Amino acid sequence: MTELLGIPPQVLFGQVLLGLINGAFYAVLSLGLAVIFGLLNIINFAHGALYMTGAFVAWFLLSYLGLGYWWALLLSPVIVGALGMVLERTLLKRIANLDHLYGLLLTFGLALIIQGLFRNYFGSSGQPYQIPPLLAGGHNLGFMFLPNYRAWVVAASLVVCLGTWFVIERTKLGSYLRAATENPVMVQAFGIDVPRMVTLTYGFGVALAAFAGVLAAPIYQVSPQMGADLIIVVFAVVVIGGMGSILGSIVTGFGLGIVEGLTKVFYPEASSTVIFIVMAIVLLIKPAGLFGRAA
Amino acid sequence: MMKKRLLGTTAALLAGLAAGSAHAAFSDGKIKIGVLNDQSSLYADLSGQGSVLAARMAVEDFGGSVNGTPVEIIFADHQNKADIGSNIARQWYDVEQVDAIADVPNSAVALAVSQITRDKNKVHLNSGAGTSSLTGDKCSPNTVHWTYDTWALANGTGSAVVENGGDSWFFLTADYAFGHALEGDTAAVVKEKGGQVLGEVRHPLNTADFSSFLLQAQGSGAKVIGLANAGSDTTNAIKQASEFGIVQAGQTLAGLLVFITDVHGLGLQTAQGLTLTEAFYWDLNDETRAWSKRFAEQNGGKQPTMVQAGVYGAVLHYLKALAETGDDSDGVKVVEQMKAMPTEDPLFGKGEVRVDGRTTHPMYLLQVKTPEESKGPWDYYNVVSTIPADQAFRPLDKGGCELVK
Amino acid sequence: MASATGQIGTAAAASRAPVHQYVAFAVMVLLLVAAPFAIYPIFIMKVLCFALFACAFNLLIGYVGLLSFGHAAFLGAAGYITGHAAKVWGLTPELAIVAGVATSAVLGLVVGALAIRRQGIYFAMITLALAQMLYFFCLQAPFTGGEDGIQAIPRGRLFGLIDLSDMMTLYVVVVIIFLAGFLLIYRTIHSPFGQVLKAIRENEPRAVSLGYDVDRYKLVAFVLSAALSGLAGATKVLVFQLASLTDVHWAMSGEVVLMALVGGLGTIFGPVAGAVVIISLQNYLAQLGAWVTVVQGVIFVLCVLAFRRGIMGELGRLLKRPF
Repeated sequence: MTELLGIPPQVLFGQVLLGLINGAFYAVLSLGLAVIFGLLNIINFAHGALYMTGAFVAWFLLSYLGLGYWWALLLSPVIVGALGMVLERTLLKRIANLDHLYGLLLTFGLALIIQGLFRNYFGSSGQPYQIPPLLAGGHNLGFMFLPNYRAWVVAASLVVCLGTWFVIERTKLGSYLRAATENPVMVQAFGIDVPRMVTLTYGFGVALAAFAGVLAAPIYQVSPQMGADLIIVVFAVVVIGGMGSILGSIVTGFGLGIVEGLTKVFYPEASSTVIFIVMAIVLLIKPAGLFGRAA
Repeated sequence: MMKKRLLGTTAALLAGLAAGSAHAAFSDGKIKIGVLNDQSSLYADLSGQGSVLAARMAVEDFGGSVNGTPVEIIFADHQNKADIGSNIARQWYDVEQVDAIADVPNSAVALAVSQITRDKNKVHLNSGAGTSSLTGDKCSPNTVHWTYDTWALANGTGSAVVENGGDSWFFLTADYAFGHALEGDTAAVVKEKGGQVLGEVRHPLNTADFSSFLLQAQGSGAKVIGLANAGSDTTNAIKQASEFGIVQAGQTLAGLLVFITDVHGLGLQTAQGLTLTEAFYWDLNDETRAWSKRFAEQNGGKQPTMVQAGVYGAVLHYLKALAETGDDSDGVKVVEQMKAMPTEDPLFGKGEVRVDGRTTHPMYLLQVKTPEESKGPWDYYNVVSTIPADQAFRPLDKGGCELVK
Repeated sequence: MASATGQIGTAAAASRAPVHQYVAFAVMVLLLVAAPFAIYPIFIMKVLCFALFACAFNLLIGYVGLLSFGHAAFLGAAGYITGHAAKVWGLTPELAIVAGVATSAVLGLVVGALAIRRQGIYFAMITLALAQMLYFFCLQAPFTGGEDGIQAIPRGRLFGLIDLSDMMTLYVVVVIIFLAGFLLIYRTIHSPFGQVLKAIRENEPRAVSLGYDVDRYKLVAFVLSAALSGLAGATKVLVFQLASLTDVHWAMSGEVVLMALVGGLGTIFGPVAGAVVIISLQNYLAQLGAWVTVVQGVIFVLCVLAFRRGIMGELGRLLKRPF
């Protein structure tokens, strides 16, 4: 078989690889949402805006402090994570006992504020950010040209995703976290500072978004609206995967990236809607999501 | 708030009546131009407050008043929403005695404002919108379209690139009416000039990742990749083309709707080599440089875009026409006067406002400089060729405008 | 009051409409009669369209406890169909509106059937995602005119007789449509059907155990809400004579949430008050320039943190009567 549906297998393989790269962003972002949701029961609508903030912090570090990509990769998640913790302590904490929908509304408002401020101060056309010299260029794999930077994106996000999974599912700290998700009062009674854990968890989830933002800065234009539409797609990813499992959100993220990549070859017009269509089908067959526990 | 405004208007009306004997010509003793554009969203950089500044500079350069009647500039943010834009336009005309509305980027808002302006018989001086319908099937005797349109950009880039040897094209097209129009217009001129179109791929609006589409474009072997899209789609495509080494491998990128602010946002490292068409560049000659220097000093160091320059040109020409007619009450008459007088200003040179409302002036095929060539911020373009005014725009008989007989 | 304990929406209003609500209604009608003489009529009509939209949205969030984050889909879809019907098919305004409303109702049936499979936050995310899908459809479909929108839609003659191009005639028609929609929602809330909806909001498992087909009730409420949103969108198109992508974009879905939130979720007059505030604000901020989204965001945050009952909720609490 030399061709599949009129497309040579090399091209197909190339597209799967590219899809995987997109999936890496979906995975890191939906993972952050899942971690936050697990403990706070909040769907963080500001996730897209914080992803954008992460990219902008990288740009600040470069433009004002002369700190390059690698520093940004380390510092930006820390800075944005700290910002997240401040937001949690000052705002989200106040609505912790209310209907979860208020969390959605509050974070939606935060997203509007953050995006609006960035647009006011930095304009709408975006800022330049270059690929770090170490990762510039690429390799010819025979069937396609793979920029080194893209390979790095997949590798880095896989490491971060699996690391997160390991910490939550396999370590003592993670077991506290999971226990606090099930029954915070009980965990508190065992002498664990649950409010602090909540703050740190939100900070960590947000740091993941910022990490994705720094990864994205060299390939997507760093602009205030870069996270606005993305967050809706990530929501669909989360609905498809279900929020029950950490591994689930990682697998779904990468998987949907591939589905989207293939759509770009066979029917590019639908590539922005395919994830929503998958979501509709999953809802019909398995309403709780692929990896979700029935509510 | 509303009541207060009404009172204010009544007061203004009374004042106007009182002053009526002094300046019988101008309806309310004042000439009021509203700059209506995007101040908070996608087009804020290329129009926004810069356009307001440009309009003020036009008034200043004209002397602040027409035949002794003061000129006032007001502005509002249409937030890229057609309903907000049309609400403001109606309110300006009905309540606030605005005589002309300038700028109006975003085709949906521009077409709506054009329609309202026609209903109220005022004047619409468009600079920011790209749709060639404004002077085509939806043309109006009350609208002047000053700066550019999609046809002019497609034609300029298409013909000039083919003439310079780029005779095989592949299009990355945003999958909606605007993208299709850009692609169609460009493809037509490419074929007319003897080039060929090897294929196209339609991508959804606001696509973040273009790698897949770029590989398809690369695979086509076309010499030129035409970007029939706008805004973040264009900048993301250019950025990723640089990542995949597409320009280095010998293909040329042609941006069909790129503004200098986009190039500024991309940086020269990424945007170098890009070919595009604009109606204005600050560094064309001594006159444009002098004007742009004044502009930049009041605009935080940012050089004017062609849209902002167009607001200046359009407002200036409008005031000249008013000085001739001495009456701002009949929009059609004022626009007819604008059409009767040749245009001339330091930014766009000589030209005319055609019967369909299209202003003609030269367009410029530009290529983005390499970082080494650039002497500093905003020094971005090499002028590759100048498209003369009479060839830069869609021929009168091709637009389907009802005013052309 | 339920919102104080964190439940979205306020406690059930009395099943029979108390006198003060009649008074409030009468005040509203009087204001509508007087307003066009003091305020620019197009502006009031815009407010009324959004008020109806917000009321329709509020029917779901306030009385069934379902937060839809995709209601722009129904507003915009009806607008496009109405615009197309009036301009291209040449239908009279009332038929064009019927076509628009029917479209939204069918769309509501499809979206609702999918979305009610999940609750709470998931419901919000699903409606948002499906609305985004419709946005892309509207962007690409040829008849919507892409980013140009459908322009110069004729207002036409109502029933082939009454010329709507006259501003005051149009105003009267818009007011009648608004009041009809408002009263329909009011009736629904106070009907036995509305009581079941409130029971579902307060305690869904219990409603199930009482033998109610909860999904069916939710779906009917969703379709009703979608159809009324469609009515708002269709009317808006006739007022502005244009249909554009703005009305199907997710930002519009956010705006209607904001209107209902500011006015008071689960109050009868709240969404109207919210629409007045938000639309006036948009109009006012238009002269201010770049801060629109920031201000909206700040209002969102403040409302959630400190003003959850909204204008009418607070008023109701002060006067100890639900509005």
